[in-house]
Amino acid sequence: MTVTPVGPSRNLTARATAAVDAVKVGNWLSRTLGRGSGTVVGGRVGLAIDPTLLASLARGMRVALVTGTNGKTTATRLLVASLACDLVPLASNDTGANMPAGHVAALVASPRAVGAVLEVDESYLGQLIEATAPRVVILLNLSRDQLDRIAEVRMLVDRWRTALGHLGQASDRGEDGTVVVANADDPMVVWAAMAAPCVRWVGAGQVWHDDAVGCPACGGRIEFGSGGAWACDRCELARPERDAWLDDRQLVSADGVRQAVDLELPGRFNRANAAMVALAAPFMLDEDEPGSRPASGRYLDTVLSRMAHVDQVAGRFSSTTWKGWEVRLLLAKNPAGWTAIFDLLDEVGAHDAPVVLSINARTADGLDTSWLWDVPFERLVGRSVVATGDRRLDLAVRLRYAEVAHTVVSDPLAALDRAVEMHAGCDSPRVPSDPSAAPPTLARPRPIEFLGNYTAFADLRRRL
Amino acid sequence: MSPGDRNSALTIAIVFPDLLGTYGDGGNGIVLARRAAWRGMGVELVQAGSGRPLPSADIYCIGGGEDGPQVRAATSLNEDGTMARAVEQGAVVFGVCAGYQLLGRSFPDSTDRAHDGLGLLDITTRKGTGPRAVGELVATMAPDAPHQAGGAALPRLTGFENHGGVTSVGPSARALARVVRGVGNGGGDGTEGAWSGRVVGTYLHGPVLARNIALADLLLGWAVDPSDSPEPLPPLDDSEETALRTERLRAVERSDRGHVVSRLFRAGR
Ligand SMILES: [Zn+2]
Repeated sequence: MTVTPVGPSRNLTARATAAVDAVKVGNWLSRTLGRGSGTVVGGRVGLAIDPTLLASLARGMRVALVTGTNGKTTATRLLVASLACDLVPLASNDTGANMPAGHVAALVASPRAVGAVLEVDESYLGQLIEATAPRVVILLNLSRDQLDRIAEVRMLVDRWRTALGHLGQASDRGEDGTVVVANADDPMVVWAAMAAPCVRWVGAGQVWHDDAVGCPACGGRIEFGSGGAWACDRCELARPERDAWLDDRQLVSADGVRQAVDLELPGRFNRANAAMVALAAPFMLDEDEPGSRPASGRYLDTVLSRMAHVDQVAGRFSSTTWKGWEVRLLLAKNPAGWTAIFDLLDEVGAHDAPVVLSINARTADGLDTSWLWDVPFERLVGRSVVATGDRRLDLAVRLRYAEVAHTVVSDPLAALDRAVEMHAGCDSPRVPSDPSAAPPTLARPRPIEFLGNYTAFADLRRRL
Repeated sequence: MSPGDRNSALTIAIVFPDLLGTYGDGGNGIVLARRAAWRGMGVELVQAGSGRPLPSADIYCIGGGEDGPQVRAATSLNEDGTMARAVEQGAVVFGVCAGYQLLGRSFPDSTDRAHDGLGLLDITTRKGTGPRAVGELVATMAPDAPHQAGGAALPRLTGFENHGGVTSVGPSARALARVVRGVGNGGGDGTEGAWSGRVVGTYLHGPVLARNIALADLLLGWAVDPSDSPEPLPPLDDSEETALRTERLRAVERSDRGHVVSRLFRAGR
């Protein structure tokens, strides 16, 4: 499938041109002075000079926006992988700078881009829709995250709904209409997406129900049935009819076609991200008009095989070596994310590999650690756990009440040392191993798992 | 009666975790249940979901939540009536944040319309006019606050607050503590939380009992031994909780010193 690149129609105003120059200078300075990757500073300067800069840069581009509480960096990466051969060049804010300054920097960095895939912080969706008139908006999920910093879930869902309702006008432009690809299994997402004129519903699953029990429409109660179906006990809100859904390792279309979803990336939640992206990708190209049937068959095969080769996302899920042992780096920022990572640990089995947990509570993480009590740490019972990070004492108390045996080590690298000692058998874990477990095999030992929240993860990667 | 003599298990109910529990508040029930179990008591932790009759329990923990669910929870609890009857018979109630507000006479919704609370505490909450109170809070216990079994005063409260309400404490209730750092009740009298009989409320959300285990043991002691001078509970190894308390109290002191230095610096310019 090919696309006639229309090219960005960037007839920039003098002001916008000056702002673009400022972004370049700012990015260059920031990189030269070694004060960051140069993605945010320049963007901020540019927006200060020309507040409409994002809209000017995005004019004529095919834009996809990806948002949600969890998985947006991964889904963005997967969508880039799906489209990189068809939309050339393609811009993306792949460094995780997901607010407007980061979007500006990404677009300035690819001046000839015909398309852009932008990860968007949940609270900026409305602003981004207005500035970029996107072809596709992917809504992954919505759950609690850093409540001392970001508006609570319901305020956020109302803002999404308003922003998506405004898409009504955009669809009047015919072929430039926006398609929203939304997770049908998440009541919060559904309530917001229902306001949009054109939606593809994907049954991507939902690991976290606790934020969704109150009906966003009427305050009634959402009842979850078997197979992820759900409905409000008071009003009409219910899971919409799905265009496609994920069934373990297969993507099933409403017309019954099944396609394997085999990824290098581990875990069900990554297959869910891939399912959403697979439905979204065709709409970035010419062949699928917003009103047409969801793509199936050959092109879906192509997209799925392109995603299959993605093996890490900004270091997440990547492996590194520490003192001769493999360490897998995992990031989780909120209860839903941690739950998904625990699913992943269970999926790969093997309770013998030590797990290092690192928790910070800096500004980017949220200053309040109460969320630790919403994470089902009880699921780690039986594993060897090392607690580290700035807030290791909060974590240690949480683990104590989850009755998970653990050791506390203040420095994250020393915590990895400790895990290596445990793994090498120099020190047996405090909890006796499960007698019913399979005997140790001679196969390659499982990697040590490192799970950190946002700045804890970034810190460790910097130091490795 | 000592804990070992109890025939029936202690029942701890987390009230409406599906409506209230935005900030990990269910952790308070976990802390109480574990601390009872570690002392060899029979204990049952019940997740009492909304839409069903509230089970009878020895301790009710009520968490925080958003405006809509808070109104629903208060309405259901008033219609149900179980909690009010249980309190008359000596049950312990511990409410945090929105769960604290709804124990009072009235509380506001997002439009500042007043809703009836349970009336188990003589407190009244209105919407604050300033910014939300968000951050670490430290408070010393009020002199007439309940004392630990054995007579010692409770140590300082430490926790995290995140609320926009202003609560005034009426004559039939007592303030729980005096704010050293943070906002608390926010009515200008420098108080935090309130209590009356065996009903205790605080703005410290999340699992505040994990950082304040003496308060946790006070509530547990009340439930185990209904007499006016309960026996102290057997001690536990609380080294991890103590380390966390110490570290959090130091962090607040450190940041307070930072504020003073920056104020002096500004004043000097
Ligand atoms: Zn409803």
